[in-house]
Amino acid sequence: MTRWKLARVILIWAALALAVGVPIALAAASEQLAWRGPIYILAGFAGIVALGLVLVQPLLIGGYLPGLSAYRGRRVHHWIGGALALAIVIHVAGLWITSPPDMIDALSYTSPTPFSPFGVTAMWAIFIVALLALLRRRLGLRPRTWRFVHMPLAIVIVAGSVVHCLLIEGTMETISKAALCALVLAATVKVMIDLQVWRKRRALRGESIARQ
Amino acid sequence: MTVVVLNRRNLLAAGGSVLATGILAAGVPGLLLPARADGLVPTESMSGGANNYRKGAAIVDRIGKGGFWMSGTVRRAGDGAPLAGQRIQIWAHTVEGQEHEPQSHGATLTDKDGKFRLEMPQIIPIFGQPHGHLAYDSGEFKTVFLRPVMRSAKETSLEAHFVLQPA
Repeated sequence: MTRWKLARVILIWAALALAVGVPIALAAASEQLAWRGPIYILAGFAGIVALGLVLVQPLLIGGYLPGLSAYRGRRVHHWIGGALALAIVIHVAGLWITSPPDMIDALSYTSPTPFSPFGVTAMWAIFIVALLALLRRRLGLRPRTWRFVHMPLAIVIVAGSVVHCLLIEGTMETISKAALCALVLAATVKVMIDLQVWRKRRALRGESIARQ
Repeated sequence: MTVVVLNRRNLLAAGGSVLATGILAAGVPGLLLPARADGLVPTESMSGGANNYRKGAAIVDRIGKGGFWMSGTVRRAGDGAPLAGQRIQIWAHTVEGQEHEPQSHGATLTDKDGKFRLEMPQIIPIFGQPHGHLAYDSGEFKTVFLRPVMRSAKETSLEAHFVLQPA
């Protein structure tokens, strides 16, 4: 019984390490790196790491990672959220240094590359969530209000990141990239179903209608 | 035995398409036939086309060690006449340098048929897309910046076509 439990714990963490680690390792073996400067390489990997963190977030909040209590999971979710915002800052800053006009095009939504608006939109959603999370107590946001704000933004982050990543032709290997994206989507859908975010939102709406 | 195919659905479809064609052709001829109205339409600059442009790249036989072919045509707007001796500037992120670096830039002239062809190092994906940059920026005609994208990063050639209008 306990041995099975231990095996399960090891399996889950090993699976997560593989899901994030394999795409990073394969990207590190990409021949494209030979023709890139160190800042461009750093920017690219910051983006890949960010996608890995986007996978960790729903797993933490859903309590799917064994060994972390609900409280600990939530705390780690906050820290990973901060790390995600930092990874995006490094991603954008590194790309800006590499080619300022291309980054300006992307940020101003005038880029010829179809993946840019998805990435930039996800970036703003990440920044808004991070900022609101920092100010949550000061603003006195109730848990229900917080969820009402965070859920749509989380969907924008996940969908935007996945589309952004899939459309890019870069250092990531195609199959491991698609697998990581599929896991991000699956984890997000699962946590939203398990935590019944939609039912709660509907209840909230029903309440406000009843009050009128 | 032949079956009569004239039923209501066919009639509606046929009538509808005739109507639609008529309305389109009569109401918005410019939308349907821009080429016939004004002759050959000038090429618009592409978004991001001018990124990392360095004005005045030298005319070269080859950029770097070569291995990749950039080619295309230059024609005059309206009558489509080939334009000879036009300077086309080319740059890209290649195996020999990044887009902004001087060794990644070069220029060539069109021949008497308005065609150009310049060997350059292999283009590799940059900012998520394998693409090249071309510019006509010599003053006689209106400046045009192009940014063609390769269908695959494995391709070893890329084309871009200019239709220029007087400046």
